[in-house]
Amino acid sequence: MHRRSFLATTAAGTAALGFPTIVRAQSKEPIKIGFPGPLTGPFAALANDQQRGAILAMEEVNAAGGVLGRKLEVLFRDDQLKPAVGAQRTKELIENERVDFIVGGLAANVQMAINEQTKRAKMLFISVSQSDEITARPDASPLTFHEALNPTITCRAVGRWALQNLGQRWWIVYADYAWGKQCNAVFTDVLQKHGGTLLGATPYPLGNAEFSPFLPKIQAAKPDVLVSATPGADNLAFLKQVISYGMKKEMRIVQPLHWIPVTKEGGPEVYADVYAGINFYWELADTIPVAKRYVEAYRKRFGTPAGDYGAYAYSGILEVVRGVTLAKSTASEAVAEALHAHPVYDHYKGKQWWRACDNKSFQDLWIVKGREPGKLHGEWGLLDVVTRIPADEHLDRTCVEKGFA
Amino acid sequence: MPDISIAMLATQLFTGLVLGMIFVLLAVGLSLIFGLMTVVNFAHGSFYMLGAYFGFFLFGLTGNFWVSLGVAPLMVGTFGLLVERFLVRPLYGRSIDDPLLLTFGLSLVLVEGARLIWGKIGVTFDPPRELGQAVDLGFTRFPAYRLFVIGITAVVLLALWLFLDRTDVGLIIRAGSRDPLMVQALGIDLGRIRLLVFGIGTLLAGLAGVLAGPMRGVHAEMGVTVVIEAFVVVVVGGMGSLAGAVLAGLMIGEVVGLTTLVAPKLSEIMVFVVMAVVLLVRPSGLLGEAGLLE
Repeated sequence: MHRRSFLATTAAGTAALGFPTIVRAQSKEPIKIGFPGPLTGPFAALANDQQRGAILAMEEVNAAGGVLGRKLEVLFRDDQLKPAVGAQRTKELIENERVDFIVGGLAANVQMAINEQTKRAKMLFISVSQSDEITARPDASPLTFHEALNPTITCRAVGRWALQNLGQRWWIVYADYAWGKQCNAVFTDVLQKHGGTLLGATPYPLGNAEFSPFLPKIQAAKPDVLVSATPGADNLAFLKQVISYGMKKEMRIVQPLHWIPVTKEGGPEVYADVYAGINFYWELADTIPVAKRYVEAYRKRFGTPAGDYGAYAYSGILEVVRGVTLAKSTASEAVAEALHAHPVYDHYKGKQWWRACDNKSFQDLWIVKGREPGKLHGEWGLLDVVTRIPADEHLDRTCVEKGFA
Repeated sequence: MPDISIAMLATQLFTGLVLGMIFVLLAVGLSLIFGLMTVVNFAHGSFYMLGAYFGFFLFGLTGNFWVSLGVAPLMVGTFGLLVERFLVRPLYGRSIDDPLLLTFGLSLVLVEGARLIWGKIGVTFDPPRELGQAVDLGFTRFPAYRLFVIGITAVVLLALWLFLDRTDVGLIIRAGSRDPLMVQALGIDLGRIRLLVFGIGTLLAGLAGVLAGPMRGVHAEMGVTVVIEAFVVVVVGGMGSLAGAVLAGLMIGEVVGLTTLVAPKLSEIMVFVVMAVVLLVRPSGLLGEAGLLE
């Protein structure tokens, strides 16, 4: 076999297997993006959706000829939802794999660990899940961008809407860690500023499956609204127990977010009439043309409707690509500068923009409500879209509040 | 300090009782296994998790909760028999650390296996329709399913007590826990008894799992914290003491329940506070014999 045909066959073979090594057969080195995320562990379903979003973005970019004539390659690494592992994987991506940028992260504390590494390496990082700190001092950096919503925005938006539409007297149950505590603080603040009443707030240790000891007390307090900041598997256990005590009929339930994989697992018996915020839901394709394009591409590639967290990753990767194309460079500072100079973008759900002071992305979110049993639209048609909350910088803390003079 | 009515206190006692019942089922199995063969079964939480997943699997197959409740514990118990026969048995007579390490490793394998088979976010299944509602107890509305858990656990414990106290096999098990050497000297095949006890212990863990599934949801890590609490219950009750495990399980369930009413943040720690206090006063646990594992 000739050398050339040997190369061609091996290249075709590896391409068929989907190995990223195919790019080595090309003349130019690819542009590499490292993508750490918790591919195993309790948030794995969300991380897998993120991975699919990132793969879709990469494949679309490469099908359209790549970036600056180079292929785009995304390298995924499992951070196991542990800050130390996230830091280590990121360091390896930067030093061994020589990636040009980092996109990724799920859970605020792991994002911080990744961010420490990218700051040290002076590398552009687009974080794609919720965190308040990442765009505030001292964690913020000129090269750290935040594509996702954050607890302040989500809980202000959901809280204000719920206060206007669901009732005035609240009880809050929240997981006792960063995200839960931030949500509790923001909800409490919303109640104070807009005339609601907080009947009580109950923290519980993250990962707890038994909520029954404090449900009778909440039931006796008779709140109009029960707010549940209980992520992942906790969310299922919490709602099931609330239902078993007959509380769902006695009060409205609202949570900062619905996570699509968890909502699907719980089904309409658990999630019917439970309100929440969400950054993206695939049925938005019915009303938003750019969402329709994204949802169809995602379904064609993976056979399922697009999820919520995958959309962040999709948009994050495309923002790196847009920055590189605008800057005509892969230097992190140049890309960041280009994104500052052209802050407005729209990859999957409508107009978004980067705020200059903190590199925070502002974007629409939606209030959704679980559909009742028998009213689902197919396997994944779990939610009714109640209303759109337009992107608004006032929903986040101000630049000054975040430590930028 | 919120004002606490009698009705709320009574509700909380019921709630604590349900927590306690799950602890008891787990702790009794642990205690049986430890008592007879001094095996500290770290995989006990995984058997609990398997019970929940088998329950979910059978529920998906038949749509009938009662099939899950009846068959899943038997499946877990059968799996327990295999584990004893092929993994634990070769380690008898060796240091107590060896079976401990083995069962610890087994628990890692089982948790990862569950993730591979059933996915990473966990699954749910529902209590039977007739138990899906809250019932009026006069002072409060309480989930019917939780009342059922209290009832079934009481029945199972009674049956277990009758078995251990009134049958010949039960007599051998009790004798074997006291003095295995003497029992063997009397010509009794302790190997089969050990097999049986490991099977019963894991069956009870499986039962706890399938009972907990509809309340707490089913996920691969569900046994990880529970097994630690179950160990605490065993230690508080006294290593190897069944009555101690029952007493300690109910006590800790109630302490957690009542603490949550007044100071929710402390409820997690209370489990360990109870342990510390009990061990200070009675170093071998509430009903434990002095001298075992010292």
